[in-house]
This record gives sequence, C-alpha cells and structure tokens, in this order.
Amino acid sequence: MAKTIEEINEKIKKGKAVVFTAEEIIDYAAEKGVKKAAQEVDVVTTGTFGPMCSSGAYFNIGHSKPRIKLGGGKTYLNDIPVYTGFAAVDFFLGATAMSEDDPRNKIYPGKFSYGGAYVIEELVAGKDIKLTATAYGTDCYPRKTLETYISLKDMNEAVLFNMRNAYQNYNVAVNLSDRVIYTYMGVIQPKLGNANYCSAGQLSPLLNDPYYKTIGIGTRIFLGGGVGYVVGNGTQHNPNVKRTEKGVPKMTAGTLAVTGDLKMMSPKWLRGTSFTGYGVTLTVGIGIPIPILDEEVLQYTMVNDEEIWAQVVDYSESYPQCIAGSLGEVNYKQLKAGKITVQGKEVLTSGLSSYLRAREIAQILKEWIEAGKFLLTKPVELIPSINSGIVFKPLKERPIKKK
Amino acid sequence: MQKKRVVFNYPSHLVDQPVISKMIKDFDLVVNILRARITPKEEGRLVLEITGKKSSLDAGFKYLSEIGVEIQPLAQDVKWHEDRCTHCTACISICPTKALDVKRAHMEVSFNRDKCIACELCLPVCPYQAMEILF
Repeated sequence: MAKTIEEINEKIKKGKAVVFTAEEIIDYAAEKGVKKAAQEVDVVTTGTFGPMCSSGAYFNIGHSKPRIKLGGGKTYLNDIPVYTGFAAVDFFLGATAMSEDDPRNKIYPGKFSYGGAYVIEELVAGKDIKLTATAYGTDCYPRKTLETYISLKDMNEAVLFNMRNAYQNYNVAVNLSDRVIYTYMGVIQPKLGNANYCSAGQLSPLLNDPYYKTIGIGTRIFLGGGVGYVVGNGTQHNPNVKRTEKGVPKMTAGTLAVTGDLKMMSPKWLRGTSFTGYGVTLTVGIGIPIPILDEEVLQYTMVNDEEIWAQVVDYSESYPQCIAGSLGEVNYKQLKAGKITVQGKEVLTSGLSSYLRAREIAQILKEWIEAGKFLLTKPVELIPSINSGIVFKPLKERPIKKK
Repeated sequence: MQKKRVVFNYPSHLVDQPVISKMIKDFDLVVNILRARITPKEEGRLVLEITGKKSSLDAGFKYLSEIGVEIQPLAQDVKWHEDRCTHCTACISICPTKALDVKRAHMEVSFNRDKCIACELCLPVCPYQAMEILF
C-alpha cells in the first residue's frame, strides 16, 4: 500500500514515524521482507560529508552611513575577494576564492591553506571577519572606501548556495605516471601507488534514490548542520549514464543544487578544506530524507556498498586531457576494505568523503524526524531523470575571428 | 631489551663529531636513523629509534647529556588534532607505519604516536591540517 508525504508528516507530528538510516535499512528490510518493511518504515535518512568546490554563499551586510555601492567595486573578506556584480551591499563568496597574493602553484605544490571556504567556516563559527572595500562612488552611494569587522549575526541575510553538490557516485583516482600528482582527488602517488575515492556509498543521498523518484525542487534537507532545501538539479547533472540492473549509476551522474540559511549552520558541518597543489574547497554535510512511499522506493534505499560500482580513472593523463576511458570498475565494499586491484596490481585506497561523518548526519536527521522537529516536503517538481533527454556536453571551442 | 623513539638536538660544536658511532660501538645500541637534518645555524636534529638493554640505553643517554645533546621523546613533536580530523581516511594509504589507521567497521581514523616515525608524508595529504609535526 502506497503512502503519501502528508500521511508520513502526520506520523512525524505525532512522534510515531518509523525512521531508519540508509545503513540500518539494509539488514532490516532484508530480514523483514520488502513488502512488510515498506509498510512499516516511513523515512530512510541518508548522509554525505565530502568536499565540493561549487559551493559558496551570498550575503547582505546592511547599508553603511553614508552609503556605499559595493557593486562594480572591489570587496574582500579577510583578503579573499568576493563577487560584487550586484546591488549596493549584496555579494557572493565562492569556496575556492583565494587572496590575490596567495602564491597558488608558483611554489609547487601550493599549500592553499586559506580561502573562501575558510571564511565561510569562520563566519559560521561566529568569528569576526575583516571586510575591506573600494567603490567608485555615485550621487546616491557617495562613499568610496569601507573597512570594518563583520560577523554573521550582524548581517541581514547569509545564505549558503551550492550550485553542485551531493554527486551521485564519483571516480576513483589513480596515477599511472612516474611522478606524484596533486589533484582535487588528493595527492596521488605514481605508478598506481594509491587510489582515492569520494562517496559515502550506501549512505549517499542520490545513490539511495537513483532515479530521483522522491528528491526534487523544495525537498527539505539537513545542510551544514542546519536546515536547507534542494533548489533543483545541480550543474553537470547527468542522469543518462551506465547503470546497474538496479538502476545505480556506475559513474558520476546526478547532482543537486542546494541552499540554506548560514545562520542556522555549524562549523562542524561546513569545513574549509585544502588540497595541496590544487586549491581550497568546502566540505559540506548534507543529509536527505527519503519518504518510503512504496516498495519500489524502499528497494532503492536497500542498496549496499557491494552493489555500487565506480570507475577507476587515471588522473595523470586521461582526466586532464579529457580522454574517456576507465581502467576498470570497483565497488565501495572493496574501496572501504582498503585495497583494490588495478591492472593486476594491488593498490591501497583512501577516501575523501567521510563515511563516519555521513553516518552521523543520517543519524542526526533520523533523530530530528523522530522528535517531530523536521517535516518532509513534497517536491514542486522532481529533478530530471533518465527520460529527460539531458546530454552532458563538453565545451565546443570555436576560434574567435580577428577583425 | 628496550626500544625508544627519540629526537636528538645537537649543539653546533657537535655536528662534526661521530656521536652515533660511539653510541653503537661503546654502548652496544642498535640505532635506526629515521630522519636527520642540520639547520642553517648548524644545529643538528636527528630522529632515531634506539634499541638496547636498559642499562646500555641509560648509559648512552647519560653520555649524550654530558656532551650537550638534548634528548626528547619523538611523541612530543607529533600532534594529531582530533578536532580537525574528519575521518575521511585520506592519510590511510600513505602512512607507512600504520600510525594513522582506520577501524574499518566504523571507518574511524585513529593515531598511534608510538608507531609514528615523523616522516611527514601525511602533512600534504591531509585536507584539514589535522596533522602537525614540529620538527
């Protein structure tokens, strides 16, 4: 018998909802049987805590006296430049932004020890941040310079906005070359010295709803320790990839754009992150509740690490040169056990997405729902699935003609 | 037999003396040099693992103190900031001695300072600056 979101919410309000994490449901549903478990269980909670560069936040800091128009000028938070191409006191801070005098990779490999993501973490931690700005001045906004401390509580709005997050599966990075490489997948040792993966596997949100049957625009989620919402599909959302019989993508596929009030978030779940030789990024905690509407939805949440396969990709040549090709497939049970075999060689594995923290997020979300503090939402529209006709396009470069 | 991981700090006037050789020949100690460095001010810093009878170790360390070598346990120089660690496991495949290890059942990372040889391989690998080595 199918359930509706409204029915599940009624149970949540009464403190009677039956909630399992995506890890707990695997054994429970296998034992009870799909039919019975689908009747009993109302919600399955997922979680992920991994680095995602396409993260950022926008702010409105309130008007100074006399007024200044930051738009069109230059504004910095702790020397990190923000994007000001808006009105007077709105701006956007990107996770990977760094100060203009950061040496970057001039001294290779660069450390990238500070950047936009760290400013976000510090703001959320309640710290004072130094704002410096210059503007061109207008009749209505005469001021040309501004230097002040600001903190999150002083701002009108502070909103996390991630245009791509919660990647449904990811590559396993290896290095076939004879030198160490420094990537967004971490430091990869030469000649298949190690393999880095980045997914919460069986706990990961979109791997538990592989065809996006419940997640869509307006889905209420755990975001950065607070409450957020799914804005829609993320950038590079690509549902049309190779999948297993059960529908689980065997490579990078769906993504989500998410947003939420930064003032409600916690620095534990939004962490500034530095990849040597690559750059700064933000590690974001996301947990998505999956309403168990019917047996089909439940069956998707029963996915386990052994059933989730990822492609092993060479990051010394194939990835940077955009050459398609995989060195083989491995599953998350193998990856989490610490060893995989690539081209006949045993390779040690490391994760970049914290499974321990993913489990903690799924558990927190479960507790919120059980306590009646977190109600589910019916999406305004589901995010595009395999029948959407989406094609993931590379950039087609066209030479610019000289006049 | 005892095994100790220690850091020796040499004053500049000792950097050209065969101190380790004396430790081996005169005090019958097994010495494994893990790291060695001479700073621009010509002070020396050695990280070693020393194995021997307790009496030999005591005598060897007494000799070192007398000639002016400062000795401290290696553990003091290596810090795992647990509050910064997210248990992502990025360090696990790189740590050569399993000082950084993961309990697979929970995917929880731990640090055993007794196994650490201060090789610093974990430093560029940790995205959260959870490891600090003051060497």
